[in-house]
Amino acid sequence: MPNTFLAKLEHISLGFGQRVILHDVGFEVYPQSILTLIGPNGAGKSTLLKVLLGLQQADTGKIWRMPGLRVGYMPQKFHLDRLLPLTVERFIGLRLPRHDREAVRQSAEETGVIGLLGQPVQSLSGGEWQRVLLARALLGKPHLLVLDEPGQGVDVTGLSDLYQLINRLKQQHGYGVLMVSHDLHLVMAATDQVLCLNGHICCSGQPEAVSRHPEYLRLFGDWRTAGLGVYTHHHDHQHDMHGCVIPHKDNSHG
Amino acid sequence: MDDFVWRALLAGAAVVLMSGVLGVFLLWRRMAYFGDTLSHSALLGVAIGLMSGTSLNVWIMLVCVLVALLMLYVQHNPVLGSDTLLGIIGHSALAVGTVALTFLPEVRVDLMAYLFGDILAVSMTDIVLTWVLAGVVVGVMAWIWRPLLSLSVHAELAQVEGVNTWRISAVYMLLVALMVAVAMKVIGVLLLTSLLIIPAATARRFASTPEMMALLAILAGVLALLGGMLLSLQLDTPTGPSIVVVASALFILVQLVRPSGT
Repeated sequence: MPNTFLAKLEHISLGFGQRVILHDVGFEVYPQSILTLIGPNGAGKSTLLKVLLGLQQADTGKIWRMPGLRVGYMPQKFHLDRLLPLTVERFIGLRLPRHDREAVRQSAEETGVIGLLGQPVQSLSGGEWQRVLLARALLGKPHLLVLDEPGQGVDVTGLSDLYQLINRLKQQHGYGVLMVSHDLHLVMAATDQVLCLNGHICCSGQPEAVSRHPEYLRLFGDWRTAGLGVYTHHHDHQHDMHGCVIPHKDNSHG
Repeated sequence: MDDFVWRALLAGAAVVLMSGVLGVFLLWRRMAYFGDTLSHSALLGVAIGLMSGTSLNVWIMLVCVLVALLMLYVQHNPVLGSDTLLGIIGHSALAVGTVALTFLPEVRVDLMAYLFGDILAVSMTDIVLTWVLAGVVVGVMAWIWRPLLSLSVHAELAQVEGVNTWRISAVYMLLVALMVAVAMKVIGVLLLTSLLIIPAATARRFASTPEMMALLAILAGVLALLGGMLLSLQLDTPTGPSIVVVASALFILVQLVRPSGT
């Protein structure tokens, strides 16, 4: 397993002014494996993705990407200006330097949006839009998918389908997947690794281990006893770095 | 028709061609303020040119390009970046330019011509310059169309997908700066942005693709040009504002029409 990773972050720290966003964060992303980042709002999840993608400069730390790494990126849900007339097909196709109708159709087929290709982008529902974004990320034969809250705006029934789809894509194409998610209960069933972030890494490992971890329970409560995991977190982050129990180095590959 | 009418139409056509192609992106990228800041700054170029007794065109272009670069820098430095700062740059340049012009006793300056344009006074040189630039603008825009469209949709996504967003953005802003420099004579600094915005907004109603929207924006610009010229010649109204009046009327008219496709 070691040395086969697609990307690796080491000791990443980052702050805006006085505010510490990330403190000494590190992880690796492997092919055919899903790593899910969870954590309260403002925990630095999206920022961490952007550091990996090179969109955001870290103050300190090392970023390593496999040479020639192709990344499919799905940003957080955004609204396209109504003034820009764009069909779903054109939107997905923008991924490539030249429009490739066949490749767009294949990609749309995979995420189940082939019937929407002729629609204006602005007419899509929340769930459709996320699948369209995913289809665009799949274009261009990526090694690594970086998905920032793929479940945003997707209804409950659509959610579990979406995570199953991501899981299936991983298995079929061997993608490495790094995603941010708020849908704890659903993600736990469809991820290989979980990394619980709150400025620093609170805990990490396989989903079962993490969901029993005291730091995780403190942040998210015990969803198993609370029935369906409604996303509430009881932790107002005070940057108490010493509260971090588990070092990020790997208590997981058991 | 008289010669000056033909010259005006020729110069105007080149300007609306440029403003159609560039204007749609100004809308999509929500950069209307950018057009204002640039065009207002152009007056400073006029003042410097007149004071130094050298070519106006060169100074206007120089000032516009410098302001575009300054704005590009501001855009990529969020600490400074704000519409406020851009408003300050544009209006300061406009004010300084206007004040400077009044200190030129030996030159009789027709301030109105710079503020609202004087399309009926364009020279053959102006026409050639405008068309050469129109060629450059259309050519370069065709070349960067796809990456520019992608970054207008979502800049970070485009960047991850390999678009050099900084470079493409810079090229686009420089093209707008050059367009402003030559269009100033036709439409004036105060109304220049409207020529970028209004035809493009009019075109949205019937466009189902980005390219179609640009073409329709050019068409709307041509109609506004013809209508404005006609209005100006018939009623002896100032030409620049007349063109904008027709463009606005066209925009309102189009809103009343039921769209066919989208």
